[in-house]
Amino acid sequence: MSTETLARGARAGFDLDRPWQLHPQVSVRPERFGALLYHFGTRRLSFLKSPALLTVVSSLGEAPSAREACRAAGVTEAELPAYAAALETLASSQMICARVSS
Amino acid sequence: MTLPLVEQFQYGLDAPICLTWELTYACNLSCVHCLSSSGRRDPRELSTAECRAVIDELERMQVFYVNIGGGEPTVRPDFWDLVDYATAHHVGVKFSTNGVKITPAVARRPAASDYIDVQISLDGATAEVNDAVRGPGSYATALRAMRHLAEAGFRGFKISVVVTRQNVTQLDDFKAIADRFGAQLRLTRLRPSGRGADVWDELHPTASQQRQLYDWLVARGEQVLTGDSFFHLAAYGEALPGLNLCGAGRVVCLIDPVGDVYACPFAIHDSFLAGNVRGPGGFAAVWRDSELFADLRRPQTGGACHSCSAYDSCRGGCMAAKFFTGLPLDGPDPECVKGHGERALSAVASASPPRPSGDHSHRSRPVPVSIGARPPAGHGLPPDRACDESPLAGFSPGHLDPGGR
Repeated sequence: MSTETLARGARAGFDLDRPWQLHPQVSVRPERFGALLYHFGTRRLSFLKSPALLTVVSSLGEAPSAREACRAAGVTEAELPAYAAALETLASSQMICARVSS
Repeated sequence: MTLPLVEQFQYGLDAPICLTWELTYACNLSCVHCLSSSGRRDPRELSTAECRAVIDELERMQVFYVNIGGGEPTVRPDFWDLVDYATAHHVGVKFSTNGVKITPAVARRPAASDYIDVQISLDGATAEVNDAVRGPGSYATALRAMRHLAEAGFRGFKISVVVTRQNVTQLDDFKAIADRFGAQLRLTRLRPSGRGADVWDELHPTASQQRQLYDWLVARGEQVLTGDSFFHLAAYGEALPGLNLCGAGRVVCLIDPVGDVYACPFAIHDSFLAGNVRGPGGFAAVWRDSELFADLRRPQTGGACHSCSAYDSCRGGCMAAKFFTGLPLDGPDPECVKGHGERALSAVASASPPRPSGDHSHRSRPVPVSIGARPPAGHGLPPDRACDESPLAGFSPGHLDPGGR
């Protein structure tokens, strides 16, 4: 029933300076706490734990880099490592993927 | 950032994460533990047009996917029409089947789509164990379906096992079957729901088996799915992967074949009936406005479990399991790993637990009825009739024996 598996565990080393995008097979549903993400390819569910993170993820596809998407969403330098970790988790579960220059 | 998700989810979501939709009560099998007491089709079943209207609503609510079940959903003549309609409207489908209709040609359909997932039910790693619960020939049918799916190139379909006292020793064998077909194993909890209420005492895993199951699941991590159904085992220590929370009416619900909306698939009873999709406002209105769901989304106190050190892990366990074993909803789960459930069960052993609201079982099986002679005169008990006024009607001191369960 289920959320079956949640994306877990962030590893270090997310490249904030390259362009990223939401995976084309992922649907996003905004919720009060942030958003739910569902990947139709891996059939996995994931969560964005804040509306600000939703703003970042939604704007990734248009931003020149993840760092820029965070800056535009009002993420401070101090908050940046937490956001990088969250994005790394999303990348490891293929919710977001690297964007080849468009 | 803000509250943990489990706290957020307690207050409900704008739409379910996970919606189970039983399309029909019709089934070719008569599994002894069927949670929806399926067998015969209900003549009031939702029509194709009504089903499409529900799918339209799910699309508007951004429900990512539905778990379609039954009964045996594939026996509906419009089954594939509805699956295609759903996926064309951005609602993914995962359907549960005993495999009876999964021919080589049918197996190619889900294999070709990212938006269709299949779950084959299997309750024994051998025909002997499986067929004792699901009926003669059902093991062969399930394995044939798996072979067809694998041959069609479908990787990662699910093999769904209800863990019982009889099959809990076969976990490695189930995993081997899944590996053989390139499938993923999914283990779920036996609930005393539907016909499951009649066999729960004999089928539910023993306390020591629960511990083995937990250790086995912890060792497998995310390799094995559980439908988040074993969260009561979190009280052993480390939580299993997934959402450790009763999602009833908060993040999950059930639509039954006639459109009734229940808090969860294991709670088909009037006490958990939130409304019907045929009512004004449809499914969305039931999800958002039902009083029952509003109740379930209020903070829970934990009741008798509140003082238990494990409450934050197991949160009192499964509502349906408590309800259908006659336990209070704010007390321990009947399979509480601390043993509180067994004690609670022995305390309610004299009362009869609530019965499921609907029974769609096949009538072909003999129904046990005893039409015997009346007890001899002078047996000492007051007459036992519906019109009796005696407060002691039906009373037998033996029924109050607290060690009776």
